[in-house]
Amino acid sequence: MNSELVVSIKGHAGAFSLSADFDSSQGIAGVFGHSGSGKTTLLKMIAGLVRPDAGKIMLGERILFDAGAGIDVPASQRRTGFVFQDGRLFPHMSVRNNLVYAQRFGRRDNRRALGDVTGLLGLDQLLDRKPFTLSGGERQRVAIGRALLADPDLLLMDEPLSSLDHARRQEVLPYLERVREETAVPIIYVSHEIDEIARLADTLVVLSQGAVIASGPTVEVFGRIDLGPALGRYEAGAMVDGKVAAIDEAFGLATVIVGGEKFELVAHGLEVGNSVRMRIRARDVAVASTRPTGISIRNCISATVDQINRETGAYGELLLTVGDQALRARITRKSLVELNISKGSKVFALLKAVSVERRALASGDGTVARVPDKT
Amino acid sequence: MDNTIAGIIFLSVRVALTAVIFALPFAFGVAWLLARYTFPGKGLLQALVTLPLVLPPVVTGYILLLWFGTNGPVGSFLLHTFGFEFAFRWTGAALAAAVMAFPLLVRPIRLSLETIDRGLEEAAETLGASRLMVFATVTFPLALPGILAGAILAFAKALGEFGATITFVSNIPGETQTLSLAVYSLLQSPDGDRMVMVLIAAAITLAVAAVLCSEWLSGRLRRRISP
Repeated sequence: MNSELVVSIKGHAGAFSLSADFDSSQGIAGVFGHSGSGKTTLLKMIAGLVRPDAGKIMLGERILFDAGAGIDVPASQRRTGFVFQDGRLFPHMSVRNNLVYAQRFGRRDNRRALGDVTGLLGLDQLLDRKPFTLSGGERQRVAIGRALLADPDLLLMDEPLSSLDHARRQEVLPYLERVREETAVPIIYVSHEIDEIARLADTLVVLSQGAVIASGPTVEVFGRIDLGPALGRYEAGAMVDGKVAAIDEAFGLATVIVGGEKFELVAHGLEVGNSVRMRIRARDVAVASTRPTGISIRNCISATVDQINRETGAYGELLLTVGDQALRARITRKSLVELNISKGSKVFALLKAVSVERRALASGDGTVARVPDKT
Repeated sequence: MDNTIAGIIFLSVRVALTAVIFALPFAFGVAWLLARYTFPGKGLLQALVTLPLVLPPVVTGYILLLWFGTNGPVGSFLLHTFGFEFAFRWTGAALAAAVMAFPLLVRPIRLSLETIDRGLEEAAETLGASRLMVFATVTFPLALPGILAGAILAFAKALGEFGATITFVSNIPGETQTLSLAVYSLLQSPDGDRMVMVLIAAAITLAVAAVLCSEWLSGRLRRRISP
């Protein structure tokens, strides 16, 4: 199914011009930006809930909006499922009636069976409940199911987890991964939580003040040192892909090969042969000019300095290459000077923490593992 | 005599029900306009709708007489085109009751429309529902408690309407003499006391029944959507 989405619009909330290409196998396109960056407006324009001033929106072969040609397909006919931040379940209907709303009142085909969707999202026990009796996580799962049952060509998710606490997020995230893996509906996932984006998004669009400032495969965008302010310095980091090469059962550690270098992670849930995606925050990476000894940090990776961003404050940022992959390190400018680091320097990167964001070949319940830093 | 009492109560209920049923769609339309749109003259419309509440009822009745009386512009038009007459008929009493109850009908409906989360309508739209379907399946059911509250309030007001009715359609036994007018007439006659007591009991019963019914229904509606 060709469901490439091409968006090039201008609206009151700012000027967007973005072209997000994905087919159904490519899953989730993340849209990241801080609040006020225009994320929700962009989604609403795609869904037909907010009218852009100018431009064009195409979904596959279908023109959803074309200001020049005077085309503005109403929201009810765009076939874009919308999962709202606050769920927006109909309070006067049972969960079941919420789920079948599109089929009963929206003239949508019944291509997906109710049972399949309730099974996928774990809703079987909730069907006769009223929305007000549901927990936040349950509510969002019902909202996702309701959107799926409208048989959409594209799912738009507007920070679906932001109204939930941490525990509830962890409850819903695996379901989102199941939706990605089992439904073949492309998803645009808007969030200002870097963790969610890192875990879910295959491709990434970064919005800042109503404009797209970067887009591309998630790993590449995360590796860009110049996006510091937009991605948030504190959470900034690189994403690396690796493969589990060995498991040390005795100590509960896994060896993961990244760019030819060995990383050690907590083995929890990992198996030999798993592909893993890890996010390593720049502030969790220290740099040494010689290999340190007598230190508890187990990950000491030899790397090459590729870029130096000195900024103006106390900190500077390094972009390091490890084989074909990139790491980011945030260290003080004074250290930069004292270690005499320049472009091309050979250094050792010390990793204090690594989060496993996704185990691509595993069942889909992505657990977050930490490197054993002070063992 | 019982027959007359039954007749008076029947006429009153008939007048009040007719008033509410015919006023309801108009009230909903006005409430919708006030709740959903901004337009020039909105303040004026708002004032106009509230007018019967603040104007002396006798004045409202007299204005109705001027407009809807047999010689009034609307009255004569209706009479000559459709052969329909308000003046000195029970239908006129219903019109007077409807006009007087109108503000009480509009306010709760407007409030309930204003509290509906528009996001729910957006959600329904993205699920493929047409505007009309969104209204029928989301907006209307959620506005229902307000509509109900307004209808009960308006019914009670219509039942007791006095000033505008007596001015517009006079006090004709069997035609326009509703409960309040009958009580008023009986108090003028020396031996009407017993019948007045019966009518007052009937009025209290009707009012209490209406309020209980409204409480019960709105309680049911509320339990549908919240704990």
